[in-house]
Amino acid sequence: MIDATDREIIEALQGGLPLVPAPYAQVAEILGMDEDALLYRLSELKSRGVIRRIAAAPNHYKLGMTSNGMTVWDVDDDRITELGSRIGALPFVTHCYERPRALPDWPYNLFAMVHGSDRDEVEEKRAEITAILGDACRAKDILYSTRILKKTGLRLKKKG
Amino acid sequence: MKLDGTDRAILNRMQDDLPLVSHPYAAVAEELGIPESEVLNRLTRMKDSRVITRFGPFFDAAAMGGAFCLCAMAVPTEEFETVLTKVNAHAEVAHNYERTHRLNMWFVLATETPEGIVGTADAIERETGICVLRFPKLQEFFIGFRVAA
Repeated sequence: MIDATDREIIEALQGGLPLVPAPYAQVAEILGMDEDALLYRLSELKSRGVIRRIAAAPNHYKLGMTSNGMTVWDVDDDRITELGSRIGALPFVTHCYERPRALPDWPYNLFAMVHGSDRDEVEEKRAEITAILGDACRAKDILYSTRILKKTGLRLKKKG
Repeated sequence: MKLDGTDRAILNRMQDDLPLVSHPYAAVAEELGIPESEVLNRLTRMKDSRVITRFGPFFDAAAMGGAFCLCAMAVPTEEFETVLTKVNAHAEVAHNYERTHRLNMWFVLATETPEGIVGTADAIERETGICVLRFPKLQEFFIGFRVAA
């Protein structure tokens, strides 16, 4: 799905895009290719969905969004698609997925990430989700994050 | 660091896709009505102080033929740092959070092949002696990554 040149480009960019006026020219020089060729390759990777976007990942904690709750729900399988779509569309939900349960340890199949400036705000938002799910939800929990232990993004392994 | 209104405007804009052009920061600077040099200086400062954890392309491992998987472990408190070192040593661990639950370590594996998930999760189980629960996504209901700075 990606060729050797794509791989070199991804390896060169996975640590981040240089913060200089012409970042692609700088990366192209390292790779020994033309800037235009690099931009063309990147646009291809984007249109194929290999690159989702080129953007900044903020540190929620440092933005005052100090509470981050992973809300989890045991939702009726027959209604998961309908209800998941509604929860995912809420403005305060940043990620929303259906995932498999891991019984008996883990009965939850819907995960929705909620951010707020404190836990009270997260709880208010969580109550809105509870109301939407209604009796389709059999059990629920919330897991607050207390520490970022690692955040590097995808790293390709060097191939020998 | 303390963010002022200009920092926030830049950070909000930079959470959206950057144009694929030769001088992308100049394009953003023009949109925001700020000199390019100031955009770059402020971005550098926010990155150095870790307000921005990462800036650049976000890759989708699945689109490259690979896979992502959310994993969780119940790590005894007294072993937490030892286990953390072993887990984070795997390059496939893209991010990792400590959470308030019996399952207290939650990380995402990003691998170049679907088999890579099994291989890495099994390796972590062998190295730590702790079960790695695996929660691959079955459906994704919209991703709105942005937070208002």
